[in-house]
Amino acid sequence: MANISREQLLHVARLARLELREEEVERLGVQLNDILAAVGKVSELDLSEVPPTSHPLDVVNVWGADEPAESLPVEEALANAPEREGFYFKVPPGGA
Amino acid sequence: MIDTLRLTAEEAVGLVERGEVSAAELHEAYVAAIAERDPELHCFLRVLEEPNGTSIPIALKDVIGTKGIETTAGSRILEGYVPVYDSTVAARCRGRGLSFLGKTNMDEFAMGSSTENSAYGPTLNPWDTERVPGGSGGGSAAAVSAGLTPWALGSDTGGSIKQPSALCGNVGLRPTYGTVSRYGIIAFASSLDQVGPVARNVRDCALLYSIIAGRDPADTTTVELPQAVALPDAEDLKGLRVGVPTELNEADGIEPGVTEAVQRAIALCRELGAEVGECSLPRSIEYGLPCYYLIAPAEASSNLARYDGVRFGHRTHASGRLEMYERTRDDGFGDEPKRRIMIGTYALSAGYYDAYYGQAQKVRTVLAREHSEAFERFDVLVSPTSPTVAFKLGAKTDNPLAMYLSDLLTIPSNMAGLPGLNIPCGLSEGLPVGLQLIGPQFSENVLFRVGRALELAIGFDPVPARLAG
Repeated sequence: MANISREQLLHVARLARLELREEEVERLGVQLNDILAAVGKVSELDLSEVPPTSHPLDVVNVWGADEPAESLPVEEALANAPEREGFYFKVPPGGA
Repeated sequence: MIDTLRLTAEEAVGLVERGEVSAAELHEAYVAAIAERDPELHCFLRVLEEPNGTSIPIALKDVIGTKGIETTAGSRILEGYVPVYDSTVAARCRGRGLSFLGKTNMDEFAMGSSTENSAYGPTLNPWDTERVPGGSGGGSAAAVSAGLTPWALGSDTGGSIKQPSALCGNVGLRPTYGTVSRYGIIAFASSLDQVGPVARNVRDCALLYSIIAGRDPADTTTVELPQAVALPDAEDLKGLRVGVPTELNEADGIEPGVTEAVQRAIALCRELGAEVGECSLPRSIEYGLPCYYLIAPAEASSNLARYDGVRFGHRTHASGRLEMYERTRDDGFGDEPKRRIMIGTYALSAGYYDAYYGQAQKVRTVLAREHSEAFERFDVLVSPTSPTVAFKLGAKTDNPLAMYLSDLLTIPSNMAGLPGLNIPCGLSEGLPVGLQLIGPQFSENVLFRVGRALELAIGFDPVPARLAG
């Protein structure tokens, strides 16, 4: 597996919505490449005939009755908001 | 005078039921023990001094959402977060009258094997305060061993109940995936996370499991237990087939003192009447860890996307929304969550998905199959829980890959959704050694039976020597 370049690292950080500081970029770059080299070991096995496991139990399509129930009151839903205005979460404008 | 170091949960329940001690007196006795010993050990992030139940106390790992009680998962990004609802496991504990003593320390978002990744400082091992208690649930495990609570709840993704129980010398169960609700639990890797009990002996562990286990309509990954939990009273292992997987018992990095204690426990299995034989899990050691460190970070990168400074938790103010997200997350997350978010985002990104995450899911199938094959011949598999006894604080903090190896032996069965029980099986250099018992899915009663018979035969004293007085 290829090494992550600085450019790729910054791209992944942007995808993950992390604004890494310069010293973090350097430290993480080295560590991530070490970790990826170790986990890349999974590619050694030929598993073309093996199905993937996404869930350890054999459970499919659990249906619930479509019954209306009480919702969380607005005041409680907003209780932990860093910033609010009226009945809304407030965020700065623009961007993604 | 209540001796919180030795009182079992079962005994404590008896004292309360017979009216010999009130629930409030019991709660206060543990709060006093916390006041005496926790300034040094730092097992608790928050202590509830007022009694709040009609039965015995319990401590909850801070990953477990508790209505009206701050819940941080050991992270700055959740500092000040007070859930407006109870997790199902917290509600079940309250329903049984258990009195919450407080929230225990943990590696941030349950990512780590030493509790040193907590944003609020590490927990120390009650057997030797220069050493770690294991992780991520080091606070719960250390609190049980130090007599600061009769029992506790933890959560286990790659070994976060089993490994700290091993390093602190107590009993911890990672239940079968799907038997305990995760509703209201702060998610790390959803195809692996399980909540489970930590206790001073196997019967207490089984009793607490019986309180929290069972289907929950609020968590559609849960199932009904095929049979009720049985409190074990077995004293022998007649008729049981115990398998010793070569790879898990001979892996590089297992300390000689750990091997010696585990071998003595295996010999005891024979003496107790079990049929003991070797078996093989050929891919588990070589590919288990790489498989886990793709799947868990990939799922974590998705689960941790919710911490964006909008609805709860920390926000770093900025003039634009994107900058607000990015700065909030950079300031709020510690190093380990950042590493895992980055690994996971990379492994899931276009062009890499098949080679990393997709391939790891197939390896997971291979691991599950080889465990199934072993269970055609054996009822339970045994190995060390941790390759080492408790290591020194700071020994692995600069080397993430070295820290990851702490979970080398707990990860393979976790990937297969299997239950695992840690019991103490002796000391090496004065520190506890943990024995891991692995069974097929839903075999908790068998694990309890084997664990109980072994703990009676081993006679391990769970009170740390330096606290025994």
